[in-house]
Amino acid sequence: MSDASYVLDDRERMSFSLDREVFVSPEVLERERRAVFDKCWIYVGHGSEVAEPGDFRTRDIADRPILFCRDRAGEVRAFLNSCRHRGALTCTKREGNARLFQCMYHGWVYDTEGKLRTVPGEDAYGPHFDKEKLGLVAVPRLAHYRDFFFLSFDPAVEDLETYLAGAKDYLDLVTEQSPSGRMQVISGTQEYEIAANWKLLVENSVDDYHLPTAHLTWLNYMKNSGVDMKPRETGLLLPTKGAGKDLGNGHLATDNPNYRGRPVAGWMPIYGEDAKPDMAALREELVARLGQARATRVADTNRNLVVFPNLVVNDGSSVTIRTFFPTDAGHMKVTAWALGPVEESAAQRARRLDSFLTFYGPGGFATPDDVAALELVQRGLGAWREVRWSDSSRGMNRPDDEQLNTDEGHLRVFWRRWSGLMGAGR
Amino acid sequence: MSAPQLTGARVSRADVEDFLYYEAELLDSWQLDAWLGLLTEDACYYVPPNDKPDADHRDTLFLVADNIARLRERVKRIKDPNCHAEQPRSRTRRMISNVRITSTSGDTIGVAANFVVYRFRRGEAARDYVGSYRYMLKRQGDSLKIAERRVLLAAEELGALGLISFIL
Repeated sequence: MSDASYVLDDRERMSFSLDREVFVSPEVLERERRAVFDKCWIYVGHGSEVAEPGDFRTRDIADRPILFCRDRAGEVRAFLNSCRHRGALTCTKREGNARLFQCMYHGWVYDTEGKLRTVPGEDAYGPHFDKEKLGLVAVPRLAHYRDFFFLSFDPAVEDLETYLAGAKDYLDLVTEQSPSGRMQVISGTQEYEIAANWKLLVENSVDDYHLPTAHLTWLNYMKNSGVDMKPRETGLLLPTKGAGKDLGNGHLATDNPNYRGRPVAGWMPIYGEDAKPDMAALREELVARLGQARATRVADTNRNLVVFPNLVVNDGSSVTIRTFFPTDAGHMKVTAWALGPVEESAAQRARRLDSFLTFYGPGGFATPDDVAALELVQRGLGAWREVRWSDSSRGMNRPDDEQLNTDEGHLRVFWRRWSGLMGAGR
Repeated sequence: MSAPQLTGARVSRADVEDFLYYEAELLDSWQLDAWLGLLTEDACYYVPPNDKPDADHRDTLFLVADNIARLRERVKRIKDPNCHAEQPRSRTRRMISNVRITSTSGDTIGVAANFVVYRFRRGEAARDYVGSYRYMLKRQGDSLKIAERRVLLAAEELGALGLISFIL
């Protein structure tokens, strides 16, 4: 441990402190861009978003414009969305289906495999002008695990499955809700900004310690709707005793026995009496396919997963994919989607989406208070020069494998990985 | 201030405007229980996502899709001092224009209007929510009630508007 570290991790004294400079410094952000976002696997999209040949989505990933598409042969690809001629965005639409992408500036045309097909006035170029070498540039690495597609700007990055380590099982638990193992991103995107450092949202997404205070109105809403919100054991802050998990490589999760409702498959009063037989059928299908133990694992636990550094998959009131990128040290852009099994009936899909809004999103019953908390933190961090350290030692008086969801052991997993990538000191 | 009364047999645009301005006054002054009184017993409130404004909340992820039960809970929540996103409460001022009656069927009146809602909070930049309202109003005796209230945001993404923690 060096005094020059951003993270002071002292297991003997059970103390874990974060230098608040990491949330406010433009220099730290610039180093993160190179040491974290350019080195890790970064979530780009779900295969279902480009389900058919020619389907495409454009999005900004780690400050690059990315064209995420499925080529005519059915292979998913991700290109840097920048014309090889002068650099204009080649595809300017948010989403669609295309056979070709024509740059609006001088009309260079690329196909869905990225090949440069036509250049207007090609006879004005010399003999060494080679269209074969002027295709859209593919991202250095693209891979998927169960249709979650990740890219990396580091050609030498380890393979995705090794990188994902224990996070794979948590993506399995999500995907196994579909009888065919096929999940789909549901139409409708929540895109919003938060005036806070991006790492605060990593922490917040898996921080169950804040629920009783920050989300008191959500707890009341659940209680008013007929959910038993009393702790089942003394000493708990929430109804059930959950765990904070270290999944390796900086990935982490909370893993909690369900106490409210889940679209697959735990009934709660908000779903209405008439949903009961349908939900029982969903559970029967799970048990028949996965066996009792795995079905219980899928259907009776709520899991908030962080895939380092910036993918969150929350599987609770509904399943949400959430990703976010810093725009400056004190600001981020968040994108969130709902995910559901492709086989869902119209009624099941409607229930999933309704359940989503009980908690999540800019108009939900809980997310707005998360955003408020993060923005208040960011404002408070204006005092970082005088009030230098944040404390994240909660639960250090317990062994690593006994960390509760309301402890901070899993948050320390993120910070240790972050610190490792950023180097020992400043 | 009291709810405007209908006088004629036919609901006119002026009646609708009076009603919308009254509603705006209740919302801007945080008289939310009185505002709930403007709703029918089966009212609903929708804010579609910016990228799919014409979608159906049953197959598309909305920003807000409340039935009357959740709408009452929403009002309870945002009045609660523990609703941190509205503590201190947003100061809002809404401008409503381009009001049109788009359909009339029995006691049900379809209405479209444009809006700008300016929203201010201490320590935050002013936020301008711009868009259009789609109402289904019901005539009940001498008064109008809101059966459906749909808020279509003009922005391509919620972006810097951040949250919809008050009634838009």
